[in-house]
Amino acid sequence: MSDPPYNSSELLICTAARLMEDGTTAFIGTGIPMLAAALAQRLHAPNLVPVFEFGGTGAILETLPLAVGGGCTFNRAVAASGIRDIVETAQRGFVEYGFLGGAQIDAYGNLNTTVIGEHDHPKVRLPGSGGGNDVGSHAWRTIAIMPHDRKRFVHHVDFITTPGYLTGPGARERTGLPRGTGPYRVVTTLAVLGFEQVSKRMQLLATQPGVTVDEVAENTSFELLLADHVGQNPPPTPEELRLLREEIDAEHLYI
Amino acid sequence: MDRTLPVPPQAPARDTLRILDRGHGDLIQPPDVEAFRAWNRAKSKRLVDKRMSEAEAVRRFIKPGDYIGTELYGTVRCPMSLVHEIVRQRIGELRVAGQGVLELDLLLGAGLVRALDITYIGLEVYGLSNCLRREVESGRVERCVEWSNAGIAWRFKAAAMGVPFIPVRSMLGSDTLKYSAATVIECPYTGAPIALLPALILDVGLIHVHRSDASGNAQIDGISGFAFEMARACKRLIISAEEIVETEVIRRRPDRTTIPYYLVDAVVEAPFGSHPGEMCYRYARDEGQIRRWVEASKDPATTAQFLQTYVDDVPDHRSYLALFGDDHLEKLREPARGRPE
Repeated sequence: MSDPPYNSSELLICTAARLMEDGTTAFIGTGIPMLAAALAQRLHAPNLVPVFEFGGTGAILETLPLAVGGGCTFNRAVAASGIRDIVETAQRGFVEYGFLGGAQIDAYGNLNTTVIGEHDHPKVRLPGSGGGNDVGSHAWRTIAIMPHDRKRFVHHVDFITTPGYLTGPGARERTGLPRGTGPYRVVTTLAVLGFEQVSKRMQLLATQPGVTVDEVAENTSFELLLADHVGQNPPPTPEELRLLREEIDAEHLYI
Repeated sequence: MDRTLPVPPQAPARDTLRILDRGHGDLIQPPDVEAFRAWNRAKSKRLVDKRMSEAEAVRRFIKPGDYIGTELYGTVRCPMSLVHEIVRQRIGELRVAGQGVLELDLLLGAGLVRALDITYIGLEVYGLSNCLRREVESGRVERCVEWSNAGIAWRFKAAAMGVPFIPVRSMLGSDTLKYSAATVIECPYTGAPIALLPALILDVGLIHVHRSDASGNAQIDGISGFAFEMARACKRLIISAEEIVETEVIRRRPDRTTIPYYLVDAVVEAPFGSHPGEMCYRYARDEGQIRRWVEASKDPATTAQFLQTYVDDVPDHRSYLALFGDDHLEKLREPARGRPE
Protein backbone atom coordinates (compact mmCIF):
# COMPACT_ATOMS: atom_id res chain seq x y z
CA MET A 1 0.00 0.00 0.00
CA SER A 2 1.35 3.42 -0.90
CA ASP A 3 1.82 6.16 1.68
CA PRO A 4 -1.30 8.23 2.29
CA PRO A 5 -1.28 11.81 0.95
CA TYR A 6 -1.12 13.30 4.46
CA ASN A 7 1.15 12.99 7.49
CA SER A 8 0.27 11.90 11.03
CA SER A 9 -0.04 15.48 12.37
CA GLU A 10 -2.51 16.32 9.61
CA LEU A 11 -4.48 13.19 10.39
CA LEU A 12 -4.66 14.05 14.11
CA ILE A 13 -5.68 17.64 13.38
CA CYS A 14 -8.45 16.68 10.96
CA THR A 15 -9.78 13.94 13.25
CA ALA A 16 -9.82 16.26 16.27
CA ALA A 17 -11.44 19.08 14.28
CA ARG A 18 -14.39 16.86 13.38
CA LEU A 19 -15.08 16.35 17.09
CA MET A 20 -15.40 20.10 17.71
CA GLU A 21 -19.00 21.21 17.86
CA ASP A 22 -20.35 24.53 16.67
CA GLY A 23 -21.67 26.96 19.29
CA THR A 24 -19.88 25.48 22.27
CA THR A 25 -16.87 26.26 24.44
CA ALA A 26 -13.59 24.37 24.27
CA PHE A 27 -10.31 24.78 26.12
CA ILE A 28 -7.66 25.03 23.43
CA GLY A 29 -3.93 24.61 23.96
CA THR A 30 -1.15 25.37 21.50
CA GLY A 31 -0.17 22.82 18.90
CA ILE A 32 -2.62 20.32 17.42
CA PRO A 33 -5.78 21.45 19.31
CA MET A 34 -5.18 24.99 18.10
CA LEU A 35 -4.87 23.91 14.47
CA ALA A 36 -7.91 21.66 14.83
CA ALA A 37 -9.95 24.55 16.26
CA ALA A 38 -8.84 26.83 13.41
CA LEU A 39 -9.89 24.18 10.91
CA ALA A 40 -13.24 23.55 12.62
CA GLN A 41 -13.99 27.32 12.63
CA ARG A 42 -13.44 27.41 8.85
CA LEU A 43 -15.66 24.37 8.20
CA HIS A 44 -18.53 23.11 10.34
CA ALA A 45 -18.02 25.16 13.53
CA PRO A 46 -17.78 28.90 12.75
CA ASN A 47 -19.20 29.64 16.22
CA LEU A 48 -16.82 27.44 18.18
CA VAL A 49 -15.70 29.48 21.19
CA PRO A 50 -12.03 28.78 21.87
CA VAL A 51 -11.06 29.36 25.49
CA PHE A 52 -7.34 29.86 26.15
CA GLU A 53 -6.29 29.38 29.75
CA PHE A 54 -4.25 32.58 30.02
CA GLY A 55 -7.24 34.76 29.28
CA GLY A 56 -8.47 34.73 25.66
CA THR A 57 -12.16 33.90 25.09
CA GLY A 58 -13.78 33.59 21.68
CA ALA A 59 -10.79 34.38 19.47
CA ILE A 60 -11.12 34.16 15.71
CA LEU A 61 -8.21 31.94 14.77
CA GLU A 62 -6.74 33.65 11.73
CA THR A 63 -3.08 33.14 12.55
CA LEU A 64 -1.29 30.58 14.66
CA PRO A 65 0.09 31.31 18.09
CA LEU A 66 3.29 29.57 19.12
CA ALA A 67 2.69 30.40 22.79
CA VAL A 68 -0.37 29.72 24.90
CA GLY A 69 -0.70 33.44 25.66
CA GLY A 70 0.29 34.77 22.26
CA GLY A 71 -1.61 37.65 20.68
CA CYS A 72 -3.54 35.28 18.41
CA THR A 73 -5.20 33.63 21.42
CA PHE A 74 -7.30 36.78 21.82
CA ASN A 75 -7.36 37.92 18.19
CA ARG A 76 -10.75 39.64 17.68
CA ALA A 77 -11.83 37.86 20.87
CA VAL A 78 -14.88 38.77 22.92
CA ALA A 79 -12.93 38.99 26.16
CA ALA A 80 -9.32 39.18 27.33
CA SER A 81 -9.02 38.37 31.02
CA GLY A 82 -6.55 36.16 32.92
CA ILE A 83 -5.91 32.57 33.93
CA ARG A 84 -7.77 32.70 37.22
CA ASP A 85 -10.95 33.99 35.58
CA ILE A 86 -10.76 31.36 32.84
CA VAL A 87 -10.25 28.38 35.14
CA GLU A 88 -12.87 29.66 37.58
CA THR A 89 -15.26 29.87 34.62
CA ALA A 90 -14.52 26.20 33.92
CA GLN A 91 -14.87 25.37 37.62
CA ARG A 92 -18.38 26.87 37.44
CA GLY A 93 -19.25 24.51 34.57
CA PHE A 94 -19.11 26.82 31.54
CA VAL A 95 -16.51 24.93 29.51
CA GLU A 96 -17.77 21.88 27.64
CA TYR A 97 -14.67 20.41 26.00
CA GLY A 98 -11.02 20.33 26.96
CA PHE A 99 -8.17 19.13 24.78
CA LEU A 100 -5.21 17.41 26.43
CA GLY A 101 -1.98 15.65 25.57
CA GLY A 102 0.53 13.59 27.48
CA ALA A 103 3.56 11.33 27.49
CA GLN A 104 1.52 8.43 28.91
CA ILE A 105 -2.16 7.45 29.16
CA ASP A 106 -3.77 4.44 30.85
CA ALA A 107 -7.03 2.55 30.31
CA TYR A 108 -8.95 5.03 32.51
CA GLY A 109 -7.64 8.04 30.60
CA ASN A 110 -5.28 9.20 33.37
CA LEU A 111 -2.49 11.30 31.85
CA ASN A 112 1.15 11.84 32.76
CA THR A 113 3.05 14.99 31.82
CA THR A 114 5.22 15.19 34.97
CA VAL A 115 7.90 12.48 35.19
CA ILE A 116 9.05 9.19 33.71
CA GLY A 117 10.26 7.07 36.63
CA GLU A 118 10.10 8.03 40.31
CA HIS A 119 9.01 11.56 41.12
CA ASP A 120 11.89 12.32 43.47
CA HIS A 121 14.55 10.64 41.27
CA PRO A 122 13.10 10.93 37.78
CA LYS A 123 14.50 9.27 34.70
CA VAL A 124 12.99 12.05 32.62
CA ARG A 125 11.63 15.26 34.10
CA LEU A 126 8.71 16.42 31.96
CA PRO A 127 7.21 19.95 32.08
CA GLY A 128 4.56 19.27 34.75
CA SER A 129 0.82 19.85 34.84
CA GLY A 130 0.60 23.28 33.29
CA GLY A 131 -3.10 23.78 32.69
CA GLY A 132 -3.60 20.06 32.05
CA ASN A 133 -4.81 19.18 35.52
CA ASP A 134 -7.20 22.15 35.57
CA VAL A 135 -8.69 21.24 32.18
CA GLY A 136 -8.96 17.56 33.16
CA SER A 137 -10.62 18.50 36.45
CA HIS A 138 -13.21 21.02 35.25
CA ALA A 139 -14.07 20.59 31.55
CA TRP A 140 -17.20 18.47 31.13
CA ARG A 141 -15.63 16.28 28.47
CA THR A 142 -11.95 15.95 27.70
CA ILE A 143 -10.38 14.79 24.48
CA ALA A 144 -6.77 13.58 24.59
CA ILE A 145 -4.73 13.77 21.40
CA MET A 146 -1.57 11.68 21.08
CA PRO A 147 0.57 9.40 18.95
CA HIS A 148 -0.34 5.75 19.55
CA ASP A 149 2.25 3.23 20.73
CA ARG A 150 2.88 0.83 23.64
CA LYS A 151 5.16 3.28 25.45
CA ARG A 152 2.41 5.85 25.57
CA PHE A 153 -0.61 3.57 26.07
CA VAL A 154 0.48 1.91 29.31
CA HIS A 155 -0.98 -0.26 32.13
CA HIS A 156 -0.07 2.32 34.76
CA VAL A 157 1.07 5.86 34.14
CA ASP A 158 4.19 6.70 36.17
CA PHE A 159 2.42 9.77 37.56
CA ILE A 160 -1.23 10.87 37.38
CA THR A 161 -0.74 14.51 36.43
CA THR A 162 -4.27 14.92 35.11
CA PRO A 163 -7.11 12.76 36.39
CA GLY A 164 -9.02 10.56 33.98
CA TYR A 165 -11.45 8.13 35.58
CA LEU A 166 -8.68 7.37 38.15
CA THR A 167 -9.35 3.79 39.36
CA GLY A 168 -12.74 3.33 37.67
CA PRO A 169 -16.45 4.11 38.09
CA GLY A 170 -17.26 6.69 40.78
CA ALA A 171 -13.60 7.39 41.61
CA ARG A 172 -13.63 10.97 40.31
CA GLU A 173 -16.70 11.87 42.34
CA ARG A 174 -15.29 10.20 45.49
CA THR A 175 -12.19 12.41 45.33
CA GLY A 176 -14.36 15.52 45.04
CA LEU A 177 -13.93 16.26 41.33
CA PRO A 178 -16.96 17.90 39.69
CA ARG A 179 -19.73 15.40 39.03
CA GLY A 180 -20.33 14.19 35.48
CA THR A 181 -16.93 15.22 34.12
CA GLY A 182 -14.20 13.05 32.62
CA PRO A 183 -12.48 11.69 29.54
CA TYR A 184 -14.66 11.53 26.45
CA ARG A 185 -12.43 10.67 23.49
CA VAL A 186 -8.83 9.83 22.71
CA VAL A 187 -7.70 10.76 19.22
CA THR A 188 -4.58 8.95 18.05
CA THR A 189 -2.55 8.24 14.96
CA LEU A 190 -4.23 4.81 14.84
CA ALA A 191 -7.75 5.28 16.18
CA VAL A 192 -10.51 7.19 17.90
CA LEU A 193 -11.29 5.73 21.30
CA GLY A 194 -13.99 6.36 23.88
CA PHE A 195 -14.76 5.09 27.36
CA GLU A 196 -17.17 2.22 28.08
CA GLN A 197 -20.16 3.50 30.09
CA VAL A 198 -20.05 1.04 32.99
CA SER A 199 -16.37 0.18 33.50
CA LYS A 200 -15.03 3.59 32.37
CA ARG A 201 -12.25 1.75 30.52
CA MET A 202 -10.95 2.80 27.15
CA GLN A 203 -12.83 1.38 24.19
CA LEU A 204 -11.97 1.34 20.49
CA LEU A 205 -14.63 3.22 18.52
CA ALA A 206 -13.05 3.60 15.10
CA THR A 207 -9.75 2.95 13.37
CA GLN A 208 -7.90 5.50 11.28
CA PRO A 209 -7.81 4.91 7.49
CA GLY A 210 -5.90 1.74 6.60
CA VAL A 211 -5.41 0.66 10.23
CA THR A 212 -6.75 -2.67 11.52
CA VAL A 213 -8.23 -3.43 14.93
CA ASP A 214 -5.31 -5.80 15.60
CA GLU A 215 -2.79 -3.05 14.92
CA VAL A 216 -4.48 -0.80 17.47
CA ALA A 217 -4.49 -3.60 20.07
CA GLU A 218 -0.82 -4.44 19.37
CA ASN A 219 0.16 -0.85 19.99
CA THR A 220 -1.72 -0.68 23.30
CA SER A 221 -0.18 -2.17 26.48
CA PHE A 222 -3.47 -2.60 28.30
CA GLU A 223 -6.43 -4.71 27.25
CA LEU A 224 -8.53 -2.68 24.86
CA LEU A 225 -12.32 -2.97 24.87
CA LEU A 226 -14.04 -2.93 21.48
CA ALA A 227 -17.26 -1.10 20.67
CA ASP A 228 -20.07 -3.31 19.34
CA HIS A 229 -19.38 -1.88 15.94
CA VAL A 230 -15.85 -0.57 15.31
CA GLY A 231 -15.99 2.02 12.55
CA GLN A 232 -13.37 3.29 10.14
CA ASN A 233 -12.60 7.01 10.00
CA PRO A 234 -12.74 8.64 6.59
CA PRO A 235 -9.36 10.10 5.55
CA PRO A 236 -8.77 13.89 5.62
CA THR A 237 -10.58 15.51 2.70
CA PRO A 238 -8.73 17.51 0.03
CA GLU A 239 -10.49 20.66 1.34
CA GLU A 240 -9.36 20.02 4.94
CA LEU A 241 -5.79 19.48 3.77
CA ARG A 242 -5.86 22.56 1.55
CA LEU A 243 -7.06 24.79 4.41
CA LEU A 244 -4.43 23.37 6.74
CA ARG A 245 -1.53 23.69 4.31
CA GLU A 246 -2.41 26.92 2.55
CA GLU A 247 -4.21 29.00 5.17
CA ILE A 248 -3.86 27.72 8.70
CA ASP A 249 -0.24 26.60 8.82
CA ALA A 250 1.18 27.95 5.60
CA GLU A 251 4.65 28.11 7.15
CA HIS A 252 4.41 24.43 8.18
CA LEU A 253 5.35 25.06 11.79
CA TYR A 254 3.29 22.15 13.03
CA ILE A 255 2.36 20.04 10.01
CA MET B 1 -24.80 24.18 68.66
CA ASP B 2 -27.57 26.54 67.71
CA ARG B 3 -28.17 26.48 63.98
CA THR B 4 -30.37 29.18 62.54
CA LEU B 5 -29.93 28.08 58.93
CA PRO B 6 -31.34 24.85 57.54
CA VAL B 7 -28.66 22.18 57.22
CA PRO B 8 -28.02 21.08 53.63
CA PRO B 9 -28.63 17.36 53.22
CA GLN B 10 -25.00 16.39 52.64
CA ALA B 11 -23.39 18.47 55.38
CA PRO B 12 -21.42 16.38 57.86
CA ALA B 13 -23.20 16.12 61.21
CA ARG B 14 -20.20 16.97 63.34
CA ASP B 15 -18.42 20.04 64.58
CA THR B 16 -14.83 19.13 63.64
CA LEU B 17 -13.35 19.33 60.18
CA ARG B 18 -12.00 16.09 58.80
CA ILE B 19 -8.68 16.10 56.93
CA LEU B 20 -8.93 13.52 54.16
CA ASP B 21 -5.52 13.80 52.50
CA ARG B 22 -2.32 15.81 52.53
CA GLY B 23 0.26 16.25 49.79
CA HIS B 24 3.81 14.98 50.56
CA GLY B 25 5.43 18.09 49.14
CA ASP B 26 7.22 20.64 51.26
CA LEU B 27 5.56 23.94 51.96
CA ILE B 28 8.51 25.87 50.54
CA GLN B 29 7.12 29.25 51.57
CA PRO B 30 4.69 29.06 54.54
CA PRO B 31 1.79 31.57 54.30
CA ASP B 32 2.46 34.00 57.14
CA VAL B 33 -0.41 36.42 56.56
CA GLU B 34 0.22 38.39 59.77
CA ALA B 35 3.83 39.09 58.81
CA PHE B 36 2.59 40.04 55.32
CA ARG B 37 0.13 42.58 56.79
CA ALA B 38 2.86 44.09 58.96
CA TRP B 39 5.19 44.22 55.93
CA ASN B 40 2.56 45.93 53.81
CA ARG B 41 1.79 48.44 56.55
CA ALA B 42 5.46 49.43 56.69
CA LYS B 43 5.72 49.85 52.92
CA SER B 44 5.91 53.47 51.75
CA LYS B 45 2.67 54.80 50.30
CA ARG B 46 4.33 57.88 48.83
CA LEU B 47 4.05 58.59 45.13
CA VAL B 48 7.79 58.89 44.55
CA ASP B 49 10.07 58.23 41.60
CA LYS B 50 11.20 54.59 41.79
CA ARG B 51 13.00 54.43 38.45
CA MET B 52 16.33 52.65 38.43
CA SER B 53 18.42 50.34 36.26
CA GLU B 54 18.04 46.56 36.14
CA ALA B 55 21.39 46.29 37.92
CA GLU B 56 20.30 48.46 40.83
CA ALA B 57 16.83 46.92 41.18
CA VAL B 58 18.20 43.38 41.26
CA ARG B 59 21.08 44.27 43.61
CA ARG B 60 18.81 46.08 46.05
CA PHE B 61 15.81 43.82 46.11
CA ILE B 62 16.87 40.22 45.37
CA LYS B 63 19.25 38.25 47.57
CA PRO B 64 20.50 34.65 47.45
CA GLY B 65 17.95 32.17 48.79
CA ASP B 66 14.96 34.44 48.12
CA TYR B 67 11.66 33.02 46.96
CA ILE B 68 10.95 34.71 43.63
CA GLY B 69 8.30 34.56 40.93
CA THR B 70 8.01 35.80 37.36
CA GLU B 71 4.66 36.61 35.82
CA LEU B 72 4.18 35.75 32.19
CA TYR B 73 2.49 33.23 29.98
CA GLY B 74 4.67 31.14 27.74
CA THR B 75 6.93 33.49 25.81
CA VAL B 76 4.61 36.45 26.28
CA ARG B 77 5.46 39.50 28.41
CA CYS B 78 8.50 37.78 30.01
CA PRO B 79 10.61 39.98 32.32
CA MET B 80 13.74 39.00 30.39
CA SER B 81 15.86 42.09 31.03
CA LEU B 82 15.44 41.55 34.79
CA VAL B 83 16.18 37.84 34.56
CA HIS B 84 19.30 38.53 32.49
CA GLU B 85 20.44 40.76 35.34
CA ILE B 86 19.82 38.07 38.00
CA VAL B 87 21.99 35.75 35.91
CA ARG B 88 24.60 38.49 35.41
CA GLN B 89 24.84 38.96 39.18
CA ARG B 90 24.63 35.17 39.72
CA ILE B 91 22.13 35.43 42.58
CA GLY B 92 21.75 31.79 43.51
CA GLU B 93 20.03 29.30 45.85
CA LEU B 94 16.74 30.71 44.60
CA ARG B 95 13.38 29.23 45.38
CA VAL B 96 11.07 29.81 42.44
CA ALA B 97 7.38 29.59 41.53
CA GLY B 98 7.73 27.65 38.30
CA GLN B 99 5.48 28.67 35.47
CA GLY B 100 7.62 29.62 32.59
CA VAL B 101 9.51 29.10 29.43
CA LEU B 102 12.47 31.32 28.54
CA GLU B 103 13.25 33.10 31.79
CA LEU B 104 13.09 30.14 34.16
CA ASP B 105 15.07 28.17 31.63
CA LEU B 106 17.85 30.77 31.87
CA LEU B 107 17.84 30.69 35.68
CA LEU B 108 17.99 26.89 35.59
CA GLY B 109 20.66 26.92 32.89
CA ALA B 110 22.78 29.19 35.08
CA GLY B 111 22.33 26.79 38.02
CA LEU B 112 20.67 29.39 40.24
CA VAL B 113 17.57 27.41 41.32
CA ARG B 114 17.41 25.13 44.39
CA ALA B 115 13.69 24.57 44.91
CA LEU B 116 10.64 24.78 42.68
CA ASP B 117 6.92 25.08 43.17
CA ILE B 118 6.48 23.82 39.64
CA THR B 119 3.51 23.83 37.32
CA TYR B 120 5.02 24.05 33.83
CA ILE B 121 8.56 24.54 32.66
CA GLY B 122 9.03 23.63 29.04
CA LEU B 123 9.69 25.06 25.62
CA GLU B 124 6.10 24.74 24.34
CA VAL B 125 6.31 24.04 20.59
CA TYR B 126 10.03 23.14 20.95
CA GLY B 127 9.39 20.44 23.54
CA LEU B 128 10.94 19.62 26.91
CA SER B 129 13.22 22.02 28.76
CA ASN B 130 16.76 20.70 28.58
CA CYS B 131 17.82 22.81 31.55
CA LEU B 132 14.94 21.63 33.74
CA ARG B 133 15.84 18.03 32.88
CA ARG B 134 19.52 18.48 33.74
CA GLU B 135 18.91 20.37 36.96
CA VAL B 136 16.14 18.11 38.31
CA GLU B 137 17.48 14.74 37.10
CA SER B 138 20.90 15.53 38.63
CA GLY B 139 19.31 16.57 41.94
CA ARG B 140 20.75 20.09 41.76
CA VAL B 141 17.18 21.33 42.07
CA GLU B 142 16.57 19.69 45.43
CA ARG B 143 12.80 19.97 45.65
CA CYS B 144 10.03 19.95 43.05
CA VAL B 145 6.61 20.52 44.58
CA GLU B 146 3.81 20.04 42.03
CA TRP B 147 0.83 22.30 41.29
CA SER B 148 -1.47 23.08 38.35
CA ASN B 149 -1.32 26.43 36.53
CA ALA B 150 -4.54 27.64 38.14
CA GLY B 151 -3.31 26.16 41.43
CA ILE B 152 -0.36 28.57 41.45
CA ALA B 153 -2.59 31.48 40.34
CA TRP B 154 -5.07 30.65 43.12
CA ARG B 155 -2.25 30.47 45.66
CA PHE B 156 -1.38 34.04 44.63
CA LYS B 157 -5.06 34.95 44.84
CA ALA B 158 -5.20 33.69 48.45
CA ALA B 159 -2.15 35.82 49.30
CA ALA B 160 -3.77 38.75 47.47
CA MET B 161 -6.89 38.22 49.60
CA GLY B 162 -4.75 38.22 52.72
CA VAL B 163 -5.95 34.75 53.77
CA PRO B 164 -3.79 31.64 54.39
CA PHE B 165 -5.48 29.25 51.94
CA ILE B 166 -8.11 28.95 49.24
CA PRO B 167 -10.52 26.06 48.54
CA VAL B 168 -10.48 24.76 44.94
CA ARG B 169 -11.58 21.73 42.92
CA SER B 170 -8.43 21.33 40.81
CA MET B 171 -5.77 18.71 41.59
CA LEU B 172 -8.16 16.34 43.44
CA GLY B 173 -7.49 12.61 42.98
CA SER B 174 -4.18 13.15 41.18
CA ASP B 175 -0.50 12.60 41.92
CA THR B 176 -0.16 16.33 41.26
CA LEU B 177 -1.93 16.77 44.60
CA LYS B 178 0.02 13.91 46.25
CA TYR B 179 3.31 15.69 45.47
CA SER B 180 1.99 19.16 46.32
CA ALA B 181 1.61 20.79 49.73
CA ALA B 182 -2.19 20.95 49.42
CA THR B 183 -4.60 19.56 52.00
CA VAL B 184 -7.93 17.90 51.21
CA ILE B 185 -10.72 18.32 53.72
CA GLU B 186 -14.36 17.37 53.92
CA CYS B 187 -16.22 20.55 53.01
CA PRO B 188 -18.20 21.79 56.05
CA TYR B 189 -21.05 22.93 53.80
CA THR B 190 -21.44 20.18 51.18
CA GLY B 191 -19.63 17.22 52.73
CA ALA B 192 -17.64 16.67 49.52
CA PRO B 193 -13.82 16.61 49.49
CA ILE B 194 -12.24 19.94 48.61
CA ALA B 195 -8.58 20.92 48.12
CA LEU B 196 -7.11 23.74 50.21
CA LEU B 197 -4.16 25.46 48.59
CA PRO B 198 -1.80 27.48 50.80
CA ALA B 199 -1.34 31.18 50.01
CA LEU B 200 1.95 31.88 48.22
CA ILE B 201 3.65 35.08 49.32
CA LEU B 202 6.74 35.89 47.26
CA ASP B 203 9.84 37.59 48.60
CA VAL B 204 10.23 39.19 45.18
CA GLY B 205 8.01 39.34 42.12
CA LEU B 206 9.11 40.36 38.60
CA ILE B 207 6.51 41.61 36.14
CA HIS B 208 6.99 43.16 32.70
CA VAL B 209 4.25 45.57 31.60
CA HIS B 210 3.36 47.77 28.65
CA ARG B 211 3.53 51.07 30.53
CA SER B 212 4.17 52.42 33.99
CA ASP B 213 4.67 55.82 35.52
CA ALA B 214 7.79 56.56 37.55
CA SER B 215 6.17 55.48 40.80
CA GLY B 216 4.97 52.10 39.48
CA ASN B 217 1.35 52.58 38.44
CA ALA B 218 1.38 49.93 35.75
CA GLN B 219 -0.89 48.99 32.87
CA ILE B 220 -0.98 45.81 30.80
CA ASP B 221 -2.59 45.53 27.37
CA GLY B 222 -4.32 42.33 26.27
CA ILE B 223 -4.73 39.30 28.49
CA SER B 224 -3.31 39.69 31.97
CA GLY B 225 -2.21 36.13 32.82
CA PHE B 226 -1.91 36.18 36.61
CA ALA B 227 -0.35 39.64 36.97
CA PHE B 228 -3.22 41.02 39.04
CA GLU B 229 -2.96 38.25 41.63
CA MET B 230 0.83 37.95 41.72
CA ALA B 231 1.43 41.69 42.05
CA ARG B 232 -0.63 41.57 45.24
CA ALA B 233 1.21 38.52 46.60
CA CYS B 234 4.75 39.97 46.72
CA LYS B 235 6.72 41.51 49.55
CA ARG B 236 8.89 43.27 46.98
CA LEU B 237 7.84 43.90 43.40
CA ILE B 238 10.08 44.93 40.52
CA ILE B 239 8.29 46.26 37.45
CA SER B 240 9.92 46.58 34.06
CA ALA B 241 8.02 48.54 31.44
CA GLU B 242 8.21 48.99 27.69
CA GLU B 243 7.49 52.65 28.24
CA ILE B 244 7.52 55.11 31.16
CA VAL B 245 4.63 57.55 30.96
CA GLU B 246 3.55 60.64 32.89
CA THR B 247 1.27 59.93 35.85
CA GLU B 248 -1.34 62.03 34.02
CA VAL B 249 -1.58 59.29 31.37
CA ILE B 250 -2.43 56.82 34.13
CA ARG B 251 -4.88 59.23 35.77
CA ARG B 252 -6.76 59.67 32.47
CA ARG B 253 -7.54 55.92 32.36
CA PRO B 254 -7.29 54.63 35.93
CA ASP B 255 -9.55 51.68 35.01
CA ARG B 256 -6.62 50.32 32.97
CA THR B 257 -4.26 50.11 35.97
CA THR B 258 -3.52 46.50 36.92
CA ILE B 259 -0.79 47.30 39.42
CA PRO B 260 -1.05 50.40 41.66
CA TYR B 261 2.19 52.09 42.72
CA TYR B 262 2.14 51.16 46.42
CA LEU B 263 2.80 47.51 45.51
CA VAL B 264 5.93 48.45 43.58
CA ASP B 265 9.52 48.85 44.83
CA ALA B 266 11.38 49.46 41.59
CA VAL B 267 10.46 50.63 38.09
CA VAL B 268 12.84 49.75 35.26
CA GLU B 269 12.45 51.17 31.77
CA ALA B 270 13.03 48.25 29.40
CA PRO B 271 11.98 48.62 25.77
CA PHE B 272 11.95 45.15 24.18
CA GLY B 273 12.19 43.93 27.77
CA SER B 274 10.49 40.64 26.85
CA HIS B 275 12.85 39.87 23.94
CA PRO B 276 13.11 37.20 22.54
CA GLY B 277 9.57 36.75 23.83
CA GLU B 278 6.65 38.84 22.58
CA MET B 279 4.64 41.79 23.84
CA CYS B 280 1.14 41.98 22.42
CA TYR B 281 0.43 44.98 20.16
CA ARG B 282 4.14 45.92 20.30
CA TYR B 283 6.42 43.21 18.96
CA ALA B 284 6.39 39.54 18.02
CA ARG B 285 8.63 36.70 19.13
CA ASP B 286 12.16 36.60 17.81
CA GLU B 287 11.94 33.06 16.52
CA GLY B 288 15.59 32.92 15.45
CA GLN B 289 16.87 33.86 18.89
CA ILE B 290 14.47 31.44 20.62
CA ARG B 291 15.75 28.65 18.38
CA ARG B 292 19.31 29.67 19.19
CA TRP B 293 18.54 29.21 22.88
CA VAL B 294 16.73 25.90 22.30
CA GLU B 295 19.80 24.58 20.47
CA ALA B 296 22.32 26.00 22.95
CA SER B 297 20.42 24.69 25.96
CA LYS B 298 20.85 21.08 24.82
CA ASP B 299 24.37 20.89 26.21
CA PRO B 300 25.93 22.44 29.36
CA ALA B 301 28.93 23.81 27.44
CA THR B 302 26.85 25.55 24.79
CA THR B 303 24.45 26.77 27.49
CA ALA B 304 27.39 28.42 29.25
CA GLN B 305 28.56 29.92 25.95
CA PHE B 306 25.12 31.36 25.30
CA LEU B 307 25.01 32.94 28.77
CA GLN B 308 28.49 34.35 28.20
CA THR B 309 27.50 35.97 24.89
CA TYR B 310 24.03 37.27 25.69
CA VAL B 311 24.37 38.03 29.41
CA ASP B 312 27.90 38.27 30.80
CA ASP B 313 29.57 39.97 27.84
CA VAL B 314 26.94 42.74 27.73
CA PRO B 315 26.80 45.09 30.73
CA ASP B 316 23.11 45.98 30.47
CA HIS B 317 19.87 45.65 28.53
CA ARG B 318 20.75 48.42 26.09
CA SER B 319 23.97 46.63 25.10
CA TYR B 320 22.03 43.37 24.87
CA LEU B 321 19.62 44.94 22.36
CA ALA B 322 22.57 46.36 20.40
CA LEU B 323 23.65 42.76 19.68
CA PHE B 324 20.55 42.47 17.51
CA GLY B 325 20.46 45.96 16.02
CA ASP B 326 17.61 48.41 15.43
CA ASP B 327 16.67 47.08 12.00
CA HIS B 328 16.19 43.58 13.33
CA LEU B 329 14.14 44.74 16.32
CA GLU B 330 12.05 47.05 14.15
CA LYS B 331 11.10 44.07 11.97
CA LEU B 332 9.71 42.32 15.04
CA ARG B 333 7.23 45.18 15.43
CA GLU B 334 5.75 44.57 12.00
CA PRO B 335 3.56 41.50 12.73
CA ALA B 336 2.38 42.94 16.06
CA ARG B 337 0.78 46.15 14.81
CA GLY B 338 -2.87 46.95 14.57
CA ARG B 339 -4.12 47.72 18.02
CA PRO B 340 -7.28 49.82 17.90
CA GLU B 341 -6.89 52.83 20.20
